Amino acid sequence: MDGMARDVFFTDVGALNDIPRLGARTVTTAEGDIAIFRNNQDEIFALRDRCPHKAGPLSQGIVHGRSVTCPLHGWVISLETGQAMGADSGCTHRFSVKLEDGRILLGIGAKP
Amino acid sequence: MDMNIVDKQRLVVIGNGMAGMRTVEEILARSPGKFQITVFGAEPQPNYDRIMLSPLLAGDKTFDQIVLNSRQWYQDQNIELIAGEHVDWIDRERKLVRGAAGTERPYDLLLLATGSNPFVLPLPGKDLEGVITFRSVADVDDMLKVAGPGKRAVVIGGGLLGLEAAHGLNLRGMEVSVIHLMPTLMERQLDASAAHLLERKLTARGMNIYTGANTEAFLGDERVRAVKLKDGTEIPTDLVVMAVGIRPNSGLGRAVGLACERGIVVDDAMRTSDPAIFAVGECVEHRGQTYGLVAPIWDMARALADNITATAETAFVPAATGTRLKVSGIEMFSAGEFMGDKTTEDVVLRDGARGIYKRLVLREDRLVGVVCFGDASDAPWYFDLLRQGEALGELRETVIFGPVAASADTADSVMSLPDSSEICGCNGIKKGTILAAIAQHGLATIDDVRTRTKASASCGSCTGLVEGLLKGALGSAYAPAAVKPMCKCTSLGHDEVRRRIVGGKLKTIEDAMQILEWTTPDGCGSCRPALNYYMICAWPGEYVDDAQSRFVNERMHANIQKDGTYSVVPRMWGGVTSSTELRAIADVVDKYKIPTVKITGGQRVDMLGVKKEDLRDVWRDLNAAGMVSGHAYGKALRTVKTCVGSEWCRFGVQDSTALGITLERMTWGSWHPHKVKLAVSGCPRNCAEATIKDFGVVATEAGWDLHIGGNGGIKVRATDFLCKVTTEQEVLEYCGAFLQLYREEGRYLERTAPYVERVGVPYIQQKMVEDAANRSALYQRFMYAQRFAQSDPWAEQSGPAADVRQYSPMAEMV
Ligand code: SRM
Ligand SMILES: Cc1cc2nc3c(=O)[nH]c(=O)nc-3n(C[C@H](O)[C@H](O)[C@H](O)COP(=O)(O)OP(=O)(O)OC[C@H]3O[C@@H](n4cnc5c(N)ncnc54)[C@H](O)[C@@H]3O)c2cc1C
Ligand code: SF4
Ligand code: FES
Repeated sequence: MDGMARDVFFTDVGALNDIPRLGARTVTTAEGDIAIFRNNQDEIFALRDRCPHKAGPLSQGIVHGRSVTCPLHGWVISLETGQAMGADSGCTHRFSVKLEDGRILLGIGAKP
Repeated sequence: MDMNIVDKQRLVVIGNGMAGMRTVEEILARSPGKFQITVFGAEPQPNYDRIMLSPLLAGDKTFDQIVLNSRQWYQDQNIELIAGEHVDWIDRERKLVRGAAGTERPYDLLLLATGSNPFVLPLPGKDLEGVITFRSVADVDDMLKVAGPGKRAVVIGGGLLGLEAAHGLNLRGMEVSVIHLMPTLMERQLDASAAHLLERKLTARGMNIYTGANTEAFLGDERVRAVKLKDGTEIPTDLVVMAVGIRPNSGLGRAVGLACERGIVVDDAMRTSDPAIFAVGECVEHRGQTYGLVAPIWDMARALADNITATAETAFVPAATGTRLKVSGIEMFSAGEFMGDKTTEDVVLRDGARGIYKRLVLREDRLVGVVCFGDASDAPWYFDLLRQGEALGELRETVIFGPVAASADTADSVMSLPDSSEICGCNGIKKGTILAAIAQHGLATIDDVRTRTKASASCGSCTGLVEGLLKGALGSAYAPAAVKPMCKCTSLGHDEVRRRIVGGKLKTIEDAMQILEWTTPDGCGSCRPALNYYMICAWPGEYVDDAQSRFVNERMHANIQKDGTYSVVPRMWGGVTSSTELRAIADVVDKYKIPTVKITGGQRVDMLGVKKEDLRDVWRDLNAAGMVSGHAYGKALRTVKTCVGSEWCRFGVQDSTALGITLERMTWGSWHPHKVKLAVSGCPRNCAEATIKDFGVVATEAGWDLHIGGNGGIKVRATDFLCKVTTEQEVLEYCGAFLQLYREEGRYLERTAPYVERVGVPYIQQKMVEDAANRSALYQRFMYAQRFAQSDPWAEQSGPAADVRQYSPMAEMV
């Protein structure tokens, strides 16, 4: 499992239930906010909270399927890859994240 | 010269109701010019759909929407309508009919269609004010006079009619009790299991159900104030609705000597004991039977029309009838011998958790009875099997799972039904009629079928079946109307999605997506906010807003800025403020170090650059000074711009500021397809720019000019003139009515300007200027929705009950 890779540190950032279904919350870090998303199937994803377009806060967007619509100008960003979908192009950094016993573990330091 | 006129037979119809007019329609379809027709109706209205009184009471329909034959129709058909005059006497000797106001008409043939009268329990207090029955538009009006939140109603009778009344009054905000003599509800349609599920559902909606209860008296001096039961219980109330049964209205027939039992006796040709007099509908008795549902009445009308026009010698043969309960969210259907006996066996499917119950009663491998509760979508199919009465054979194994199990494709399964099977239950339209109309008029779309035959035009739940028929009839030539889909997640357009939400009683976004076959698991950023709005508009007070389907501004109740901070705009009623408000704003700006304060183009103050973490505190401080959210962020009522008006201005002719404030107090908090702005100017100089607002009011010496559909944004559009009114109260009513029309018909993200251009000003004038009843109904629906919309989101979000998580990070890592 890549979670065991030596240079990734997983930190408990909260419970799954701290995030509403089809919603997101942020984690503040020294390099800026990371957005943690929860979809309708209770899958979780983590992306830098900056849209590749003009840095909009993706955590404030509308979550659907495995993507999020940015609140500023409506780009749709894949939660799995961080890539802008459709005609737009650009990519947001993504982070490893996993769920254990209802707790969210965020992996920082790795480039997945 | 048209010689025929002299020869025309005179047909007089007594009773301008469903049976009488359906018969007239059937006659016209056979021999258009044969009779010179006069119709007497005791009710002042044109013929309306009595079945739809329940949705009318519930506020789901307006009177306009339930009219079956408009006054124009009578004119077009050359029929003389004498509405509002009761017929007192028939002189059979001289073949003359006489009305209560003295109008006399001679006849060659006479048709009695006087319906029935509601039964009134002969108990003490039955004549008190506030004790009414449920039969006519006048009764609904009487109920609505009393109905309202916090008021109480008691419905006597837990049958079809009683429960529909109870449901309507419940939706009007009343606390409703139902008193039923028998141990289970609707015992004439439901078996005990289904009745139990029904009782559970109604109780969950806040109704009090008393079964096995016997009413002793109605108490009160002039107005009823309580109902007393035999066991001594007293139930306080403001209104009593008696729905304990009906009696054929055969009084007139009896008085003039026609053979009568309970009803006016007719033969198989629907002729009474006088060969010149026919009778039809609930007033008749045929072979010892009387009737209380429309399906057999339609059969009577056909038989009668065949005979009276000498087209055929059709005999009326009563067929099995099915009943549906028209209570939103509760599907119930039953038909035939659903109770069963020693010679029958049952096939039962029960899913208590989902509240679904189906019972099929079989006799010797034939379906003889059916009860569907919770999911009645297969009811037409069962009803058909029942009426065909054929042996089930192999079908027996899967019959309980419905037609989908029997055939995979709806087009196939609907095409395999016989022509006589009923497709549209609301309007009683048979498959054969629809297919004939498709062939004869070259119909190609659902809308064509709706306008031509009325099939699927009421509740819409049979749209799929109608579409199946179009597919079946036209084959590959069937191209569903090219509407622009709402978004990539569906092929349906906004209008169709809305009709199905309302018609299909879809009350959650998930339900809508599932039933309307969304292609994505949970929609997208474009359809979810639209569906959320359509739900709010369709089910005020019931639907629970879905924050995750709101655009961020409406979720955070502030405008997101390009740097991720927010702007906060409190409401300044009509643009008027005070030193207290300004001081509180100044304090908030200092306390939270808000970088920019700006006067907006909407006559209020914008505080820009507020940090997300500070939003709740900012709101709490503003609330403390009496200010509430200005909804500057919402697809909602934004501002009501005013000018100084007659209070100060030397030209002002009316107090535009005061009216603006009243309008804003009335409309704030309302959600719309897009933002909505109002303005009131105190004279035609129009300093409030009312003629580029969604709804603009301009004062004149004589009153107020109303304007609609203006827009100052991307594409400037001046308003269209709607009409002139004289009083402030009228301005309020027209404003509420216009906003409600837009709320109900505007497509999400369509402002009033494109909406008005799409439907046209004459349409809007017809809906809300010419039609006073519809205007008032629209206004009332608006005001009803406002009861739930007018709560300040800032107070909610800064109060203890709020989910505060979204305003702060879930963790900090340094
Ligand atoms: C604050 C304000 C500008 C100002 O500083 O004066 C403003 C600010 C914005 N306007 Fe506006 N509009 C403001 C008055 C207007 C007016 C003038 C008016 O209302 O009298 C108009 C033209 C009148 C009209 O609506 O017909 C106006 C036409 C627009 C439009 C174009 C709408 C259209 O139908 O074409 C948009 C874009 C949209 O809504 O999609 C828009 C959108 C916006 C947004 C919400 C852009 C956005 O999505 O972020 C701006 C938000 C800024 C913020 O965060 O506060 N704003 N905007 C005004 C707030 C008024 C208020 O008190 O609520
Ligand atoms: C609230 C409600 C819900 C219903 N729901 C359903 C349902 O879901 N399904 C169903 O199948 N059926 C339903 N019904 C029953 C259905 O409406 C009736 O079966 C149908 O209206 C009967 O038609 P009719 O013409 O015989 O009587 P009506 O429609 O009552 O028409 C009779 C008319 O004659 C007039 N009249 C009477 N005497 C005179 C006179 N002497 N001179 C002039 N005019 C006179 C009356 O004022 C009335 O307008 C419902 C009824 C009500 C009240
Ligand atoms: S005109 Fe309106 S939308 Fe454009 S920059 Fe100004 S405030 Fe923003
Ligand atoms: S910043 Fe996200 S779409 Fe523009």
